Amino acid sequence: MTRPARPGTGGDHRMTETYDADADTAVDGLDARLVVVRGAFRLDVALTVAPGEVVALLGPNGAGKTTALRALAGLTPLTEGHLRLDGAELDRTPPESRPVGVVFQDYLLFPHLTALDNVAFGPRCQGASKAEARARAAEWLDRLGLADHAGAKPRKLSGGQAQRVALARALATRPRLLLLDEPLAALDARTRLEVRAQLQRHLAEFEAVAVLVTHDPLDAMVLADRLVVVEHGRVVQQGSPSDIARHPRTDYIAQLVGLNLYRGEADGHAVRLDGGPAITTAEHLSGPVYVAFPPSAVTLHRDRPTGSSARNLWRCEVAGLETHGDQIRADLAGELPLAADLTTVAAAELDLHPGAEVWATVKATQTHAYPV
Amino acid sequence: MTRTARRSRRVSQVTGVSAAALLALSACSSADSDSSARSDSATSASASDEISGEVTVFAAASLQESFEALGKRFEKEHLGTKVTFSFGGSDSLAASITGGAPADVFASASPKTMKIVTDAGDASGTPVTFVRNELEIATLPGNPDRISSLQDLTGSDLKVVLCDKQVPCGAAAQKALDASSLKLTPVSYEQDVKAALTKVELKEADAAVVYKTDVRAAGDKVEGVEFPESADAVNDYPITLLKDTQNAGAAKAFIALVRSAEGQKVLSEAGFLKP
Amino acid sequence: MSPTSDKAAAATESLRGGPRRRRVRSGVPLPLLFPALIGLAFLVVPLIALLVRTPWHSLPEQLTSPDVWQALRLSLICATAATAVSLVLGVPLAWLLARVEFPGRGLVRALVTLPLVLPPVVGGVALLMALGRNGIVGQWLDSWFGITLPFTTTGVVIAEAFVAMPFLVISVEGTLRAADPRYEEAATTLGASRFTAFRRVTLPLIAPGIAAGAVLAWARALGEFGATITFAGNFPGRTQTMPLAVYLALQSEPEAAIALSLVLLAVSIAVLAGLRDRWMSAG
Repeated sequence: MTRPARPGTGGDHRMTETYDADADTAVDGLDARLVVVRGAFRLDVALTVAPGEVVALLGPNGAGKTTALRALAGLTPLTEGHLRLDGAELDRTPPESRPVGVVFQDYLLFPHLTALDNVAFGPRCQGASKAEARARAAEWLDRLGLADHAGAKPRKLSGGQAQRVALARALATRPRLLLLDEPLAALDARTRLEVRAQLQRHLAEFEAVAVLVTHDPLDAMVLADRLVVVEHGRVVQQGSPSDIARHPRTDYIAQLVGLNLYRGEADGHAVRLDGGPAITTAEHLSGPVYVAFPPSAVTLHRDRPTGSSARNLWRCEVAGLETHGDQIRADLAGELPLAADLTTVAAAELDLHPGAEVWATVKATQTHAYPV
Repeated sequence: MTRTARRSRRVSQVTGVSAAALLALSACSSADSDSSARSDSATSASASDEISGEVTVFAAASLQESFEALGKRFEKEHLGTKVTFSFGGSDSLAASITGGAPADVFASASPKTMKIVTDAGDASGTPVTFVRNELEIATLPGNPDRISSLQDLTGSDLKVVLCDKQVPCGAAAQKALDASSLKLTPVSYEQDVKAALTKVELKEADAAVVYKTDVRAAGDKVEGVEFPESADAVNDYPITLLKDTQNAGAAKAFIALVRSAEGQKVLSEAGFLKP
Repeated sequence: MSPTSDKAAAATESLRGGPRRRRVRSGVPLPLLFPALIGLAFLVVPLIALLVRTPWHSLPEQLTSPDVWQALRLSLICATAATAVSLVLGVPLAWLLARVEFPGRGLVRALVTLPLVLPPVVGGVALLMALGRNGIVGQWLDSWFGITLPFTTTGVVIAEAFVAMPFLVISVEGTLRAADPRYEEAATTLGASRFTAFRRVTLPLIAPGIAAGAVLAWARALGEFGATITFAGNFPGRTQTMPLAVYLALQSEPEAAIALSLVLLAVSIAVLAGLRDRWMSAG
């Protein structure tokens, strides 16, 4: 099972593995359209994932990510759609018969069983003898660096250890689809960093399909090869982490990746924003486009700059200020609402305070326009 | 249901006060409230003669049907009177009388229980036997097992229930069995005569040894079979006026009615024998 | 920073029972304390009265009677068997009520709890009508298998289980409702069937609740009188349990009845105390 970690987080490399499941006729990996209707809420998500690929479902709370995950696991029935894994139809298969492993958000380790017996639970249910199941579980715990904690009950484990036991438990059933629900959400910031790195390694080693659900963009970008952004039960954007980070298509994503994002109509280098001013961009485009630029690309002035080469100049009012790392982020209102980053020194020199009037400039070369 | 209430009352009274709670028996005695209202109507009675007001009679359970009939007759004859009954096992009634329960008349199903009251000095005058009760075999309707004697009950295939030896009907049955040197192993020793009869009524038992009056009261649901040995175990029913009576005149009049030809007619219709 | 940590230190101190302890004790409000003490007295005084009135001098004689031990032995066996029956049938029933949505679930729950309010004697009559020789089920048991239940020890167990099982079902259902059903889900994603998930995950998780319910049921079965005497009758060594022996002894010798009650009381206290240490504290 041990295999070399995938190089980079590029996304287009696929590890095609040989395994028993109808390898010659079937399309490997996951091919699903998940439709779950519950009251007024409708989840409708199409998902195709190749073996070896790690996909993150990213979205705000209530977007339907967890519902999608439960539907994949068979814990929530599909209202319509389909679910094929390695060519086999799974939509009517009960959860216990699906080759699916789940790492739950709060792990749900069985409190009455030791770490070893938690991990051995799956193999045992799959028909292994007690000794066999335990041997396999011990192997997994060892692989995840938990050999010393095999005899511990879950309440004696730290958050990070519990997370790894949960991962070992899910992997011990040799799933063809590994599901992780907010795998790092229950951890404190310091443990999180460490566990994230470990999890990334283990996911990279995993040869089948992995789908994780998270609302944390950093988790998603570090762990996944591909992001699927879900809002209000629908996929709003998908792509590699770098693509998503560079080309956000919704305010939610733009906020996540820290970009100012606008939508407008391009005509050459000018983009007329919907109900706002125009932005001059480096790209030459026409038709509906998005324009994005980072807060650090914005320069602020007390007075209207005269000698500036910047083509984009707006009058703004400071709506709010907050520290952002070693910088100050200014939240600006006015004809073009935007966020600007500046140094503490610059903020002091400009005498920035809420209600202050400033001029903002952005160089065309620092904007980025791309078709809708 | 009446049987349940009666039983739990008996228990709580025998043990004194509250020990019954311990015995895991449901103690819900509401019976005493009947007699507490007794004195209220005494003054308002219209007095056509000396006899008026309320009379409280404690009587053995087997007397229920006949005494209720006699009570109605008494109230009709003496306008302005009211007869209140408390029916129960004789022993528990005796215990509540000695425990201070307010009553005017006590009619018991056995001299033994009456003796408890007289020994405690709670009776006024000497008790007199007013009826006797005889045992009978209660069988299923139509007597399908052709039971004709006490000896037939000793057949091993029959399910027979007896009263427990601790209660009068069981003691009487044992006396009859001993007199004829018969050995009978029942399937159950029931807690009272009604329980024994019920087992036959529900066809769970094939036969029970109970009082003639109980067989009579059960109507078509059981069939009575007389047996000669019952003569050895006839129960005397004594009645007496109680010392603490609040209404001696009316109480005496009620006892007189019970012993009169009219009263005896009602009682013998219920299956009792003349004293 | 320091005022905050001072405050925290003071709080810890008061938690440990420092200077503020006295105020906590006098802080029990009278409207609660008063009825609480009356309630305690109400439950305890009758027990004390029983002890006070116990005929201690004749006690050894009463207790050496083989009838007493016979009745006690039968009581313990039957109550334990009834508890076992309640566990085997009651735990799955509780699971059904707690975990499976089906039409009429509220009605079923009400039916299950009915024996709690039914006077036990009525329960006994109902059992006779169902399982008696002429009962709607019992007549077939009799004609097909030659089994009759009234007047047998099995009948005692059935009567006691009928009365005691609702206690277990209610207790276990409550525990199940409080338990996180997602553990069962986690088990199914690991390949466990619903039954395996129940057996290997849910059952151990709710074990303390089951133990508490079983103790409750056992205690109820041990004291059962009405349904037992009505359904199973009264025959020494076969169906005469302690409560029946106590009741019949009351007819003629109240002293013996008190002595018997005392034995029953002592045995149940001993068993419950023993179980409490081993089982109940686990919850």
